[in-house]
Amino acid sequence: MSGFNLAEGLPERPERGVYLDNNATTSVAPEVVEAMLPYLTEFYGNPSSMHGFGAQAGRALDLARDRVAAMMGAESAGEIVFTSGGSESDNLGVTGTLRAYPEKRHLITSAVEHPAVLGLCRELESRHGYEVTYLGVDGEGMLDLDELRASLRDDTAVVSVMAANNETGVIFPTEEIGAIVKEHGAVYHVDAVQTAGKLALDVARSTADLVSISGHKIHACKGVGALYVRRGTKLRPLIVGGHQERGRRAGTENVSGLVGLGVACDLSVAHRDDENTRVRGLRDRLTERIVGTVADCRLNGHAERRLPNTANISFDYIEGEGILLLLDRCGVAASSGSACTSGSLEPSHVLKAMGVPFIAAHGSIRFSMSRYNTEADIDYTVEVIPRIVERLRAITPFGKQRQTF
Amino acid sequence: MWDYTEKVLDHFMNPRNVGEVENPDGVGEVGSMSCGDALRFTFKLGDDEHIAQAKFQTFGCGSAIASSSMLTEMVIGKTLEQAAQITNEDIAAELGGLPREKMHCSVMGREALEAAMIDYYKRLGKAVPCTLIAQDVEICHCFQVKKSTIVKAVEQYGLREIEDVTHYTKAGGGCSQCHHDIRHIIDDFWQQKERGDGTVAIEGLPVAAADSERTARIRDLIENDIARGLRTDGGDIELISVEDQTVSVRLTGACASCPASQATIKGWVEAQLREHFGEDIDVVEERS
Repeated sequence: MSGFNLAEGLPERPERGVYLDNNATTSVAPEVVEAMLPYLTEFYGNPSSMHGFGAQAGRALDLARDRVAAMMGAESAGEIVFTSGGSESDNLGVTGTLRAYPEKRHLITSAVEHPAVLGLCRELESRHGYEVTYLGVDGEGMLDLDELRASLRDDTAVVSVMAANNETGVIFPTEEIGAIVKEHGAVYHVDAVQTAGKLALDVARSTADLVSISGHKIHACKGVGALYVRRGTKLRPLIVGGHQERGRRAGTENVSGLVGLGVACDLSVAHRDDENTRVRGLRDRLTERIVGTVADCRLNGHAERRLPNTANISFDYIEGEGILLLLDRCGVAASSGSACTSGSLEPSHVLKAMGVPFIAAHGSIRFSMSRYNTEADIDYTVEVIPRIVERLRAITPFGKQRQTF
Repeated sequence: MWDYTEKVLDHFMNPRNVGEVENPDGVGEVGSMSCGDALRFTFKLGDDEHIAQAKFQTFGCGSAIASSSMLTEMVIGKTLEQAAQITNEDIAAELGGLPREKMHCSVMGREALEAAMIDYYKRLGKAVPCTLIAQDVEICHCFQVKKSTIVKAVEQYGLREIEDVTHYTKAGGGCSQCHHDIRHIIDDFWQQKERGDGTVAIEGLPVAAADSERTARIRDLIENDIARGLRTDGGDIELISVEDQTVSVRLTGACASCPASQATIKGWVEAQLREHFGEDIDVVEERS
């Protein structure tokens, strides 16, 4: 027995962990919880009901809608459709458009979309006979706009692209894309789940017809989201039944959750500067310290055109799951684009589309911060990372291939 | 988050026998960087022909590292014949189980062990026992999975869906071009199984119902467990008779002409029967 211990010398999990997985989900802000609670207890009415209980809930919902509209920069609250989250918003935006234009059989998206859009597109192709163009990206994760221009057709119903990538944080030029899409007259859906709360959306002045956001990525609870539908945009509902959401989404609204979403939107506007200064500083500090001290690692995605909170770093010669397990033991939560963590066998489709070599894709770790992170969180993380990487590299069979060990 | 057992986490956090054996008797390397996992397994025999040292180096996830570590613990102290009987299922069982999607990690352990033993026989210029030779085609090129591995998994775990085959062997988890082939392998296996069930009567022998209980158990061991290992290499085995402690068998298919058939009979078939029916069992080969 060689007495090897991967965790040797690593600190034990501190009482309060370090949460760096905010692109997966965020903590619910205390103000949000506080605002939600009365709507789980006292104010339980159905907003559609014709009595005082219902009216109380209805007023709360109106206020929430105003707040979401304000955060997104919509012209009117009537353009906000509440949904169960990002995936439903994406599905409603894309499928609702296709149903409104049944004669158009083509849609365009990118190869690096969230599974909510990619999975839907594959389904539309394989089961419903639609043609889908998947726009490729370059090594930095950026789209080729000429490819978009060449892909647009007369029967293109909708173009759906993300505002920023959830894995790498790379920001797409949504307005340049939109200008091209609008020239051709297709409907333009933007998946802004990752940009909401981090960057200003300003949907009214944008070229987007449809914009998806999710509550739990901006410190609201899970199970709530919204789709902005520009006034005059044709859209058929996915969920039919009652008249809620002006007939665009049936089902009694999740009042408490949506009240929380409204408050979370207000908070995100108030903290947007912090996100782009202090949080960005933490992110850059983490990146520089890791890339500066650990050999054979690299930042994935465009260095500047990136969300302020996200750093995706690859550690060559080791596999992401091992890093995550050891990080977790030290109390640090992050995520990986490695195959093993997802249960699929292929590493991240995003990194693959960018042409990141396998050797790096399998060992990719995404750190995503929030306004609740502190300098101490980052100092602790950059202290444990090099030790974890070194330990895992000590047991790989690829040691001889490395120049700098 | 995977629901790993305490033992998996222990073998991940405290991997046993990490590194490389000096002057190894056998080296087995499987997987690659592009596959997402790779294992280099080395061993050395002691003077008593038992495995004295075994070490591993692994690139892979938590369960791949744990499976490799477990494998080294399991083989140390065993003869090569005994080690050859360790299945991937045994490795997973020793770890207290693995998530279904992670079973391929234990398969990688078994494959590295096989590769290292084949390497051992080749180094000595000895014939490789046919139980170790995988004379079969690669089905999944993304993960370099051979047909025998898929057939074994289909049989061992009763798999019927491509997705399950992927969970157990990784085959089909990449470009998905081999899904058609995997479907065929699954369908062929079950068709053959359904055709074969209950109709396999051995020529010149009374039917199974006439066997004594002991003979029936011997027949079951030979014609199911032992034959399974041979079939993946294109061979097969039949029970001819059981007389007291003497068990007569006939090797067929590729095994009939295999130069190492005697090693198969004595080193493997006899060893397995002795384990279950006592040390006095003597297995003799009837040549056809």
